[in-house]
Amino acid sequence: MRGNFLSFVKKESLHILRDVRTMMIVLLIPVVLMILFGFAISTEVNNLNVAIVAPNRTEGVRQVVDRLANNPYFTVVGYDSSIDIDAALRSGKADAVVVFDEDFEHLITQRAEGIDTHPAIQFIFDASNTNIAQTGTAYLQNVVSADHLQQELLNLHLLYNPQMKSAYNFVPGIMGLIFILICAMMTSVSIVREKEMGTMEVLLVSPVRPIKIILAKMIPYFVISCINLATILLIARYLLDVPMSNGVWSIVIISVIYLLLSLALGLLISTIASSQVVALLISAMVMLLPMVMLSGMVFPIENLPTVLKPLPYIVPARWYTEANRKLMIMGLPLSAVMKEVAILIFMTFVLMGVSLKKFKDKLE
Amino acid sequence: MNDYIISVRELTKCFGDFTSVNRISFDVQRGEIFGFLGANGAGKTTAMRMLCGLSYPTSGSGTVAGWDVMREGEQIKRHIGYMSQKFSLYNDLTVWENIRLFAGIYGLSKAETERRATEVLERLNFSSERNTLVGSLPLGWKQKLSFAIATIHRPEVVFLDEPTGGVDPITRRQFWEMIYEAADGGTTIFVTTHYMDEAEYCTRVSIMVDGEVRALDTPARLKKQYATESMDEVFRILARGAKRGE
Repeated sequence: MRGNFLSFVKKESLHILRDVRTMMIVLLIPVVLMILFGFAISTEVNNLNVAIVAPNRTEGVRQVVDRLANNPYFTVVGYDSSIDIDAALRSGKADAVVVFDEDFEHLITQRAEGIDTHPAIQFIFDASNTNIAQTGTAYLQNVVSADHLQQELLNLHLLYNPQMKSAYNFVPGIMGLIFILICAMMTSVSIVREKEMGTMEVLLVSPVRPIKIILAKMIPYFVISCINLATILLIARYLLDVPMSNGVWSIVIISVIYLLLSLALGLLISTIASSQVVALLISAMVMLLPMVMLSGMVFPIENLPTVLKPLPYIVPARWYTEANRKLMIMGLPLSAVMKEVAILIFMTFVLMGVSLKKFKDKLE
Repeated sequence: MNDYIISVRELTKCFGDFTSVNRISFDVQRGEIFGFLGANGAGKTTAMRMLCGLSYPTSGSGTVAGWDVMREGEQIKRHIGYMSQKFSLYNDLTVWENIRLFAGIYGLSKAETERRATEVLERLNFSSERNTLVGSLPLGWKQKLSFAIATIHRPEVVFLDEPTGGVDPITRRQFWEMIYEAADGGTTIFVTTHYMDEAEYCTRVSIMVDGEVRALDTPARLKKQYATESMDEVFRILARGAKRGE
């Protein structure tokens, strides 16, 4: 009966290959998402428009302005002795305004001598977007106060991601998302489609064991996901320069476990959903959204209110993302993520068990 | 070994408190076209599912093609053909790929598949459509192909669940010619339908009401018994007494 299993796998692959549009989408989603999150969407703040107000263009002022102008994060959009600050911010011409005191040089010298004075520089920031404002003021402060305003009190070291590239943070999360999307959504839709079309009934009346029908469905999607995994890893390594200093195999291993888990999830959805639309909705609303919000991919889990804190423990993507971060960014070996691996394997078995049971019950 | 291909006694299926099929007993002879009628909700589908090995009876006994419906569901599946009311080939596969898939499911060898596919396609005048996607065929053709594929493994009995639903009268006529042809070849046909003119084509007809078989005979004798001109009348007289709604 191995022959009929192979003819099933062949059939499923044909379904996928014939539907060129869907296949292209499935293969391109990871590339698009990776590039989007890697380059276009980032929590870094780039190209801040800064207007400068300086009544006297003294040597000290010039130095600070030069530093700002030469910094890739800032664009100096105005340099004047006085401007309408409110108008500049309101019109959106500037995101921030840096105001130098008339007596800038004098104040700096006094400060250096330890005399308490009023501030020499003022930042006025458009805080309508709090993210930009927070990061931006921090940047500004760093650039402006580089040498004179304060001595280095702290010694700051950012490990693993010294340039704070947001791509590093996103790649593991994106992987968690894409595999759920493709494995769970595509398998559930393709199983439900057969129910909807009535072909499932014919298959069930045939001597093929139901478990074989399901396995045959999963194999092509598993293969596609492996292709996606390869694409993602290549983009991450060569386009986004994600370190992966401990080699790629530990990442592949944990990803394969996660793929199996996603397939089981897809099967579970297919047993609940009665139509393709419902399957899509469940995958998108009930799974994708909580996954984005609770996996720590975008919003730190630590920030959740106490009531919601237990939720991320049951979100598989959270464990995968966490492990992946350790493996990809920190360059830890597989032995460092054994806890995550164990949890994911456990979840996979539970999901597989439940969904196979439910699938069988449904048939009766 | 008797000459009955299907033989059931007191077959019952309950879902919780609800008795969907209530102690039905009947025999189907080898090579006959057996019409299995009943209003919606009468328990037809449940009965058919038990005969196809899809669902286990709650009580009673029966054999299909010599296999026990209680214990040998998997063997039954191997020896029957099935065509459902929904068109159930794959639209995104070609005619040949569909044939190959189902032949593969029933364990036909490559050479045998090739031989039978050629024969079937020739019989249907489909040879030129071998590599056409099934989705682009007219419904009537699909239906015929469906039947041909349901019988590709030469089953002893074929179950047809409302095979002509939504098909125009001419195609229905052609479809019934195929059924006759298959029956002449010795295949037993077990068919459900809502069209009473089709009931007239059957060798014998059973009518289910409220989970029980209320009548079973040749169309001619049933009409005589109920003193009516048509099967349509017979069906209405019997179904009028139904307690179950839709």
